[in-house]
Amino acid sequence: MSDITTGARTHGRHRRSLAGSVLLHGTLLLATAISLFPVLWLLLTSLKPRDGWLSSELEIFNQPSLTNYTRVLTETAFPTWLLNSVLAAALTMIVGVFVAATTGYAISRFRFPGHRGVMWLLLITQMFPVAILIVPLYNLMAGLGLLNQIAGLVVAYLTVAVPFCAWMMKSYFDTIPREIDQAGLVDGLTPFGTFWRIVLPLARPSVAVTAFYCFMTAWGEVAYASVFMSQEEKRTLAVGLQQFVGQHWSDWGLLTASAVLIAIPAAIVFLLVQRHLVAGLTSGATKM
Amino acid sequence: MAITTGRASRTSRGRAAGGDSARGDRERPGPVRRALSRHWYAWAMTAPVVIVVGVLVGWPLARGVHLSLTDATEANVGRTIGVNVIPSTYEFVGLGNYVDILTSGLFWERLTWTVLWTVACIGLHYGIGLGLAMMLHRRLRFRSVYRVLLILPWAIPGFVAAFIWRYLFNSDYGVINAMLKAAGLGAVGWLDEPFTAKIAVIAVNVWIGVPFMMVALLGGLQAIPAELYEAAEVDGATAWQRFRHITLPGLRPVSSTVVLLGTMWTFNMFPMIYLITRGGPGDSTEILVTYAFREAFTGVRNYSGSAAWGVIILALLVVLASVYRRALRRQGEVW
Repeated sequence: MSDITTGARTHGRHRRSLAGSVLLHGTLLLATAISLFPVLWLLLTSLKPRDGWLSSELEIFNQPSLTNYTRVLTETAFPTWLLNSVLAAALTMIVGVFVAATTGYAISRFRFPGHRGVMWLLLITQMFPVAILIVPLYNLMAGLGLLNQIAGLVVAYLTVAVPFCAWMMKSYFDTIPREIDQAGLVDGLTPFGTFWRIVLPLARPSVAVTAFYCFMTAWGEVAYASVFMSQEEKRTLAVGLQQFVGQHWSDWGLLTASAVLIAIPAAIVFLLVQRHLVAGLTSGATKM
Repeated sequence: MAITTGRASRTSRGRAAGGDSARGDRERPGPVRRALSRHWYAWAMTAPVVIVVGVLVGWPLARGVHLSLTDATEANVGRTIGVNVIPSTYEFVGLGNYVDILTSGLFWERLTWTVLWTVACIGLHYGIGLGLAMMLHRRLRFRSVYRVLLILPWAIPGFVAAFIWRYLFNSDYGVINAMLKAAGLGAVGWLDEPFTAKIAVIAVNVWIGVPFMMVALLGGLQAIPAELYEAAEVDGATAWQRFRHITLPGLRPVSSTVVLLGTMWTFNMFPMIYLITRGGPGDSTEILVTYAFREAFTGVRNYSGSAAWGVIILALLVVLASVYRRALRRQGEVW
């Protein structure tokens, strides 16, 4: 609370007092420390030797080694899980972006019977809890022979990711002037051609955000993956990693090393796209 | 500004983009063919989503509602074992499952904790996020460094974060207890006691969720014109008055969105609870969603009970969203 009031008082042109500066930087440093510490500790633990995590002392370094990494990559099914996760996430992303873009464009540009219905469908689907759909969906997948198939998982992820993404894309298309579409039509393009050749390239930032959102939805999903992918070699990372720290046996060395391997690429991509991501998320949602 | 112009002229241009103007089509064959020739593009473009969502959400939903009205469990649903096909033997029981759930103490206990969990998480997300956003909004050395470092928790995939924190909270080898011991305090069995486990899951979720709020609110703060603050200062408004009468109203469009989104996400936050505590100890940290999942997939799988929980959760969320929308509309928000 005190931060807020000091924040408002010194807003703008005033020079801050020394005490104000110390307080401000102190608070921010504390917050930064809290946000960084778990990640740093993860990194440090992963670099400890095989049983290095089994220590109740505060040790920052303890004979740093890459044992845990080599064990994860050679002795466990981690590479298989990684492949499954990448495959599921990439497919979700490709199909999701395409479908969300066409739908978003249609509800942004055309007025057609069923327009409101589609909008409502997309909005309401976002609220569905996993719990109500998972059992019937499981039976449906079993009936179609899609259990333990990446394709089945991708289809389930699409139902989660696409409604929100279609909203995001729609609100971005709304900001692209319609004169551009008309110019395309006048030049003899079909409505789909206008969308594909003219509007979609203009919407590149929004496409990037949608792609990233679809990818992350699939990458981090736990419930569907736990239930649909029961075979060991079909597991995704979020499910597979649970094995390393089961109820009777746990090896945090393996877990921390694989967590670092997963988190670093994800974090780099995230930090690159995050500015667009925030804008996309909030603008997509404000126009609901 | 661009948006308003877009909106004002939408109808006429939308029609133009759709093909022809309304006045031009007097002598058309029949209403169906006319509609088809005019709208088939739009229909074709939305069809994939409508079909996929319809089949994979609509059908399971209908089926889920149906299941919730029966006594289906793992023991009596139809299944195929080898060459033997065992038919389903479950029966229609009407609203029995709902009555059982709503009259059980368990449901109200879980609901209370879920509401507490949602309110605590959203309150802390918003409060801390706003505080940090207001600090980062000021002219400040190292601002972009702080910003990137503070966003980091959001960049870590959720399930990875859940595992990290589970290790930090580990009662024997966790660093939190190591620090407590180093400070001369006793170790705490964080995830072994209902009360501390609840605090732990809230803490983790707050750690993960603050960056989103912070960044969204920072964007909102930057959209408030600085002249408003200058004018208020000239008029002698105090810091609190400026915060209360400029900052908060200026943030309202962003706030209302992120709070609603955050509420939905937190209410349905399956992975955190499932991966950190598995709902335990006992079922003390089980929120409604994880409990329904547990009903469906552990022990004797109680399909009908789980479906009924699901329907109740959905009903709660729909009510929540519409109440929230109505409240916003009363305040004059266009949403």
